[in-house]
Amino acid sequence: MKEKEKLLEIKHLHKDYGNGPVLKDVSLNVHKGEVVVIIGPSGCGKSTLLRCINGLEQIQSGKILLDGEVITENKTKWSEVRQKIGMVFQSYDLFPHMTVTDNILLGPTKVQGRDKKEAEAEAERILERIGLLDKKNAFPRQLSGGQKQRVAIVRALIMKPEIMLFDEVTAALDPEMVREVLDVMLELAKSGSTMMIVTHEMQFARAVADRIVFLDGGEILETDTPEKFFTRPKTDRAKRFLNTFSFHMERERGGKAI
Amino acid sequence: MDTEFIIKYIPLYVKAAGLTIGLGIVGIFFSLLIGLSVSLIQYFKIPVLKRIAGIYIELSRNTPLLVQLFFLYFGLPKAGIRFSSQACAIIGLSFLGGSYMAEAFRSGLNAIDKVQEESALSIGLKHGQVMRYVILPQALSLSVPGLCANMIFLIKETSVFSVLALADLMYVAKDLIGLYYKTDEALLMLVIAYLVLLLPISVAASFLERRLRYAGFGN
Ligand SMILES: Nc1ncnc2c1ncn2[C@@H]1O[C@H](COP(=O)(O)OP(=O)(O)O)[C@@H](O)[C@H]1O
Ligand SMILES: [Mg+2]
Repeated sequence: MKEKEKLLEIKHLHKDYGNGPVLKDVSLNVHKGEVVVIIGPSGCGKSTLLRCINGLEQIQSGKILLDGEVITENKTKWSEVRQKIGMVFQSYDLFPHMTVTDNILLGPTKVQGRDKKEAEAEAERILERIGLLDKKNAFPRQLSGGQKQRVAIVRALIMKPEIMLFDEVTAALDPEMVREVLDVMLELAKSGSTMMIVTHEMQFARAVADRIVFLDGGEILETDTPEKFFTRPKTDRAKRFLNTFSFHMERERGGKAI
Repeated sequence: MDTEFIIKYIPLYVKAAGLTIGLGIVGIFFSLLIGLSVSLIQYFKIPVLKRIAGIYIELSRNTPLLVQLFFLYFGLPKAGIRFSSQACAIIGLSFLGGSYMAEAFRSGLNAIDKVQEESALSIGLKHGQVMRYVILPQALSLSVPGLCANMIFLIKETSVFSVLALADLMYVAKDLIGLYYKTDEALLMLVIAYLVLLLPISVAASFLERRLRYAGFGN
């Protein structure tokens, strides 16, 4: 099994946007090399949780530690912390006025002050590995949704983050492009990256996760291995949530047969 | 039509056009400066300045340039503040243009999706860098059509400078009509002079727009 070094610790996190609690007493540890998949119904606070981790949202109480250091303080230097936390969003978030290469190199050159040549060589290596080297001079508008998301992943990866956060990165994609993005994430998981993934792709969740966290109404209701969670969920709400998926699948199959 | 008259006074028009365009360019420069500042103040919702910017925009938008110029040129001297005609022209034009340019910049800034800022922040860029490398380049190119339209609008507005006894195009035309009653010739030359000034700007603007759209995003 993977080593048990705590990388990220979330302790009694409360978040409120001003109209009722969105996260209620959320506590969760992520260990080095671990892949945690967060699932739960829409609006339950999954995005909010990820956004709190990299400081895009203010929290009301509780704390978050990265490498044992509290990052939810006023004096937190977010620019430094965020270099250790890669994030990919649901909507295609590439910078539309820059080529693929410039998108990827912005962080290394402007934030980390790395040598452009050296960073570019690395960018090309990664692009090649995911089959996008021929797109290095393309603009985002010339890419498919799946390609954009893969570039967005590379842009985060090249910063060599300690943990990667993925917020429904395939939710806005056409079905035939979902796979190519999930494959990149699977590859990352295999290579030992620490990841927190929010997804509605249940089969993928089952394949990639070391641990499933079920979030509902801003609370963590279950934390379990994928095997146990998907075969024997403990709470009724998790059962109901999983049922909505199998219902969907059966209806689709039924639809095709007609 | 008296061609001899026209040819004789072409140099006068050229000189006047120079003044018009000169004042126009300086005024546009300051308009852009004011406009960008105001739009950034509003974008970042900077406390006190935001209020001042709001008042400025209302004042600038809801008073005619002519009235602003009268105030600067005839009103202020009564309070002991005296500007030259040229200074009044430039201050007036910038005061007017600033709010229009601010609006053009603002629409560009507002068109940029929030996730652009967030993803730039999430790779560790500082706020200033996010602005410089991600938000402004996109916002500015989206603002270009509005900015160009405003430039043309402002050059046209310079025609009221004649009340400041500045020998701009309008002034020269009125003068010639008053002196020689050559109304047709004087007005024809006036129209042509403005066309010669504004057409190139207009053409350049649409070229720029097309270029930006092409190089740009449209995803
Ligand atoms: N910026 C915001 N302002 C106010 N309410 C918000 C904001 N973002 C999210 N919420 C609310 O917080 C709840 C959780 O949202 P979110 O974290 O996006 O859920 P999920 O990602 O699980 O679908 C929802 O009820 C949503 O309406
Ligand atoms: Mg979400």
